[in-house]
Amino acid sequence: MSMKRREFLTKSVSAGIATTVVPLMFGDLDKLSAKPPANGNYDLAAIRGGSPEEMFEKAIESLGGYDRFIKPGQSVLIKPNIGWDTPPERAANTNPDLVGHMVKRAFEVGAESVTVFDHTCDQWDRCYRNSGIEAAVRDNGGRIIPGNNERNYVEVSNPNGKRLKTVKVHEALHNNDVFINVPVLKHHGSTTVTAAIKNLMGVIWDRRYYHGNNLSQCIADFLHYRKPDLNIIDGYRMMTQNGPKGVSVNDLVDLGALIAGTDIVAVDTAATLFFGSQPEEISHVRIAEEMGLGTTNLETLSVNRVRIS
Amino acid sequence: MTLFSFLKKSRVLIGISFFLLTLALFIDLYEKIEPGYYNGILYMQFIPSLLKFIQTLSLSAAGGFIIVLILTFATGRLYCSTICPLGIYQDIISWFAKKLSKKKIFYKFKPGKKIVKYSLLTLFTIALLTGSAFIVLWLDPYSIIGRFFSFVIEPIAAAINNTVATIAQRYDNYNFYHVTVHHVSWLPLSITLAIMITIGILAYKRGRLFCNLICPVGTFLGEASKLSLLKVKFNSNNCTKCGKCAAVCKSECIDIKNQSIDIERCVTCFNCLQSCPDGAMLFGPFKTTPHNNNPGIEKSKPQKEEVHNKDRRKLVTTAIVLLTSAKVYSLKKNQLPESQQNLTRNKIEYYPSPPGSKSIKRFNSICTSCALCVSACPTKVLQPSITEYGLKGFMQPYMDFSTNYCNFECHECSDVCPTGAILPLPLEEKKRTQLGKVVFLKENCIVYTDNTDCGACSEHCPTKAVDMVPYRDGLLIPEVNVDICIGCGACEYPCPVPYPFRAIYVNGNSEHILADPPDEGEAQIYEPEEDFPF
Repeated sequence: MSMKRREFLTKSVSAGIATTVVPLMFGDLDKLSAKPPANGNYDLAAIRGGSPEEMFEKAIESLGGYDRFIKPGQSVLIKPNIGWDTPPERAANTNPDLVGHMVKRAFEVGAESVTVFDHTCDQWDRCYRNSGIEAAVRDNGGRIIPGNNERNYVEVSNPNGKRLKTVKVHEALHNNDVFINVPVLKHHGSTTVTAAIKNLMGVIWDRRYYHGNNLSQCIADFLHYRKPDLNIIDGYRMMTQNGPKGVSVNDLVDLGALIAGTDIVAVDTAATLFFGSQPEEISHVRIAEEMGLGTTNLETLSVNRVRIS
Repeated sequence: MTLFSFLKKSRVLIGISFFLLTLALFIDLYEKIEPGYYNGILYMQFIPSLLKFIQTLSLSAAGGFIIVLILTFATGRLYCSTICPLGIYQDIISWFAKKLSKKKIFYKFKPGKKIVKYSLLTLFTIALLTGSAFIVLWLDPYSIIGRFFSFVIEPIAAAINNTVATIAQRYDNYNFYHVTVHHVSWLPLSITLAIMITIGILAYKRGRLFCNLICPVGTFLGEASKLSLLKVKFNSNNCTKCGKCAAVCKSECIDIKNQSIDIERCVTCFNCLQSCPDGAMLFGPFKTTPHNNNPGIEKSKPQKEEVHNKDRRKLVTTAIVLLTSAKVYSLKKNQLPESQQNLTRNKIEYYPSPPGSKSIKRFNSICTSCALCVSACPTKVLQPSITEYGLKGFMQPYMDFSTNYCNFECHECSDVCPTGAILPLPLEEKKRTQLGKVVFLKENCIVYTDNTDCGACSEHCPTKAVDMVPYRDGLLIPEVNVDICIGCGACEYPCPVPYPFRAIYVNGNSEHILADPPDEGEAQIYEPEEDFPF
């Protein structure tokens, strides 16, 4: 812990954090020290500043390294948000540089294959192309597969779900050893905020069922079926209004953040706080916690907060 | 290779090329063909080019029909033999028919049916003049085969693609992917199939009968071809009346007995030239041929001249009629009264017409329903209408929001339309073209009825004409702003309430208007009090 803390402080100071901020950081660290990281690995990492790639590296290092999640020879599924036919600068989809980097790094730690897909809202092939994600994945040796065809979805039962008792999920969830969720943090017209939990609506077939059968409950119910092994929330640019697609770049702010963790409710809590809302205001986050699928109380977790510059 | 066999082989090659290129436009499942190629490949289609010229008065966008006329004056109806995909379709079928037949004499001379063909040409011309596209679309050869390509061949191509994709993906090859096998509703599908089977049977039995009996373009170009510089003719000196030429004539227009050719029915396929063992068939300038020393033909010359003059008058009249229809067309646009097409289901007054069509009336008067836009539309929101436009718009594409919604970033239909029924619409303009207005029925909305979150409509709305506003119990409910709505159907399509009770739907505009720009707001500056709010 002390090493980590010293390292963190050194980096923070050397990166030129204003002296007025430092006392605040100390305060945070004191609060955090209530829960030290187990086995040297933090439960949750929140990084600010730097490029998406740099933030990812910091975050994954805090969690114990990428190789903690991906073992040599394993097949990896990375699920970004590619829902919209918009260019990267509109940040309606996950940052393509981040996705590309995660694909590259997965191979570096020994992944046998890396698969990427999303069940898009807009026309899927244009979303793949115009988001820049298709190229980013291919350039780094990953494969991007379609999510637009019902034939690739298999019906599974979800007995613990309240409203979502059965659901058709993409076969890629079954065909891969590791499931990594990499959403983008955004405003959302239906659910106010969308991040990690909501992003899983892109691995199922019938979204209209969700909308017609208590949307927030269904979103949370899905976690009974499957929780990702790792969640990386892209907050490099954050859409604060007109989400989830946005109307123009004026919907965005340069948040410059990235959140990583295994507790999907916790990462969404951190994301919600970045957004400026409270987790209990976001129905699916609240319901997920109520159903015991994770915690919104970040004080019970060890959190590594890093300001890169 | 002799000159004649070279001509014939070139004709076949060019014909097949045009056929395959045109077909490719309709089965471009992966959107690989750039929009510019559409105009290039379809530039010479006679009726689409004429209609587009009337709309745009641009020779570069739509001067193909003039080239076709010049070509016809030079070499006869080469258009019918090389450029018209419906002509090639018939040739393919008659080629098989001939292969399968044991008959040595496959075709026999038959007199032309002038009354039928001139009646149809007259009807067609009047339809063009009066903007009665609902008549034009049944007769224009390009549109007939266009619908066949779009409604029948494209789903078959998609199914084949999907089979290949399934196999490829089994071997972890994702270069092929599944596309939606979408077929249009059964009525346009079965009508199109029935028409193509009928034309196919005619071609199987009688070669180019359709072109010389029904097709108004064929009849018109037939008239023009009488004046053509180069023609097929007999050299009576050499002719042994063996009948080989007539036996291969798909147009059944070679009269061996009288050694004459009904030139208006000749589609310049060069089959007869190649078939003649005695050098008795010639292709050259009619009057100045050096081989023309036959007294019989000399005698008949004055008569022919007279016929020529008559033909010329008839042709000029038709041409003037066709060209003046330009004026009538553009005048008519402004004179049209508001349509009374009251389509009562779902309280929809109008079903929206595609972006770039300007108004439903205008669209209905021009679109020949070639269905190229239906094939090109990546989301398949464009579907042939049954009753959505009323009888006058039968089979013309409309925005069917039960199938999908119009992609905000797409203006493919306006890029590909060969007739100008959908005019080119730059993307920025398209994004503000209001095809219809959103209607929100709160009493149908799931947020109201079920007291749960939804907002699928607002999620998909590209302009935020549908926004979510605070309601009760922390819920948000849609609120609509029709001023910035473009009627793309992105709200209607995902609405979880089934038809015909959609909580949100689009009511089409009879005339498209420019929507207000979406509120893009000011650039935001993020100044948090602390780096980490937790």
